[in-house]
Amino acid sequence: MENLKFLKITNLSWFLAGVLLLTGACTASQTTSKSSASSLISAAPVTKADSPEWPSTFGFGKPATPQEIALLDIDVRPDGKGLPSGSGTVLAGKAVYAVKCAACHGKTGVEGPNNRLVSVAENEAAGTESNKEKTIGNYWPYATTLFDYIRRAMPFNAPGSLTNEEVYALTAFLLNANKIIPAEASINAETLPKVVMPAQKLFVPDDRKGGPEIR
Amino acid sequence: MKSETEDTPLFHKPLSRRKLLGGAATAAVVLVQTAVGKTVQAAIPEAAVIPDDPTKKQGPLPSELGTRSAYEKPVRKPSDTSSRTPLQDLYGTITPADLHYERHHGGVPTINPEEYELYIHGLVEKPMKFTLSDLKRFPAFSRICFLECSGNFRSNPAGKITPQEIAGLTSQSEWTGVLLSTLFREVGIKPNATWFLAEGSDAAVMTRSIPVKKGLQDGMIAYAQNGEAIRPEQGYPARLFLPGWEGNTSVKWLRRIEFSDAPFMTREETSKYTEPVKDGKIRQFSFDMDARSIITFPTYPVQVEKGWIEIRGIAWSGRGKITKVEVSTDAGKTWQLARLQDPVLDKAHTYFRHLWQWNGTETEIMSRAVDETGYTQPTFNQLVAARGDNKGGYHFNPITTWLIQWDGQVLNKPDK
Repeated sequence: MENLKFLKITNLSWFLAGVLLLTGACTASQTTSKSSASSLISAAPVTKADSPEWPSTFGFGKPATPQEIALLDIDVRPDGKGLPSGSGTVLAGKAVYAVKCAACHGKTGVEGPNNRLVSVAENEAAGTESNKEKTIGNYWPYATTLFDYIRRAMPFNAPGSLTNEEVYALTAFLLNANKIIPAEASINAETLPKVVMPAQKLFVPDDRKGGPEIR
Repeated sequence: MKSETEDTPLFHKPLSRRKLLGGAATAAVVLVQTAVGKTVQAAIPEAAVIPDDPTKKQGPLPSELGTRSAYEKPVRKPSDTSSRTPLQDLYGTITPADLHYERHHGGVPTINPEEYELYIHGLVEKPMKFTLSDLKRFPAFSRICFLECSGNFRSNPAGKITPQEIAGLTSQSEWTGVLLSTLFREVGIKPNATWFLAEGSDAAVMTRSIPVKKGLQDGMIAYAQNGEAIRPEQGYPARLFLPGWEGNTSVKWLRRIEFSDAPFMTREETSKYTEPVKDGKIRQFSFDMDARSIITFPTYPVQVEKGWIEIRGIAWSGRGKITKVEVSTDAGKTWQLARLQDPVLDKAHTYFRHLWQWNGTETEIMSRAVDETGYTQPTFNQLVAARGDNKGGYHFNPITTWLIQWDGQVLNKPDK
């Protein structure tokens, strides 16, 4: 176990030093002198075990190869990073939707029985008195999320079974059904991140700060 | 005082053996006085067999797994999407693992611990993978903490609703595992990494974006719960655990952590676990669970009698320790300090008790929690005033009120 050799704090990498700045101050008793950093996180004391006396590496685990990571790395970001090649049209999506989605979400994405996907006229603005149903049109802030979620979790009874082309097509169909893109639009890795969702402007960061205020 | 509060039956008529055998046909929970005069809550199943004199018959031999008494039937209350902890049937702050609430988005996956691997990659110096036994080789860390779904609020206009149904999406365990700060050191986080994606290996391949800061502060990968391997419903063989944060962020069956310079805007953190607030806005990344309390005795469906009643319940805050719990027995006109049961832990369920003599007149009892940031649990109307009418059901932590009728029947007082 020679990799358990303890290092002095002066020998630790910049990273470990950063960890200590962020976490050391939260230790109940050992490192209270570093309390200047605690305001970065939380006023509440935290019981922690991670110690500056521990080695910079224990050497457990194995390097992960790019090939191994690629098999799992399916997420898609708002800037489009992670989107695969391929494309889909509204028309193609309509056909896939009828076969694989309509039973749960209704013929037009409104009827259910499960989550409503499509906004109806009186229901378009989030935060209004009449809006109790969250839909893609009135509540989803990023179009990329639609691709990501359909690909990882849908259809409910056969998650992960859709091809990338089918996911693109369904994404196009649902964006069109919510009147966000035109019927002739084709959706791909280039066009999807450019779609601006109606609800995006409504999102605000959590403004609760602790303390007595009720928000 | 002690004898009056602990063992004296206060609120029931003793049930005869005949009545037990002939009466309750279902597994309803009833209050029973035992032969030694102790009052217990017991669930009486249809097939309940009242034993013959136990001093005249050998009992079962030692066994590999323990069982509950045949008279005790605490059960979760499942719906299509969740299963709720029977708060009113528990006596302390640790939730037995099989009664811990459940909430998942694609069922409970079956994962072979021999094949389990956790990948950590993205903005790191060394992308790594860890087997379960790798995780267990690191220095271990244990902590008693609550976990709560941010959608933990239900009401019922008729008031016939239990603590389990109102707030049963919170439970508490001793969680054991490895600290994220320990693991993050192994991979070396790059300076521009501010968020990480946590991804489960359930059928929904559920994901949440988490600030790196929280991971370093007190995040952990838990592989054990209350001393045993974590249960499948709670994320076996390993889950993320983020103390004090909404339950959805503590991603179960964790298979991947990916560091990034921005949140990923997953379905859960955009279209689901966000809440409409005033002016048509939608609050996002509302991670902290605010302070809350709930009386767990006496509550619906209990019927009480005049005399001494110890009001009991739990209080908790995702922002730190509970500093006090106040109880009102006169519909909120006056408040008294409840006793807090030691130990009072950070971000943990805290048990409270308040001894009260009921004179038989109709009244309302309620509790409110205060945490160390000075936050006082609000009323329903205060929350509506702060968030607007379209408030939704997330992070909703109002004071719960129980109406004690003249006949001793306890009902939940619906919020309006």
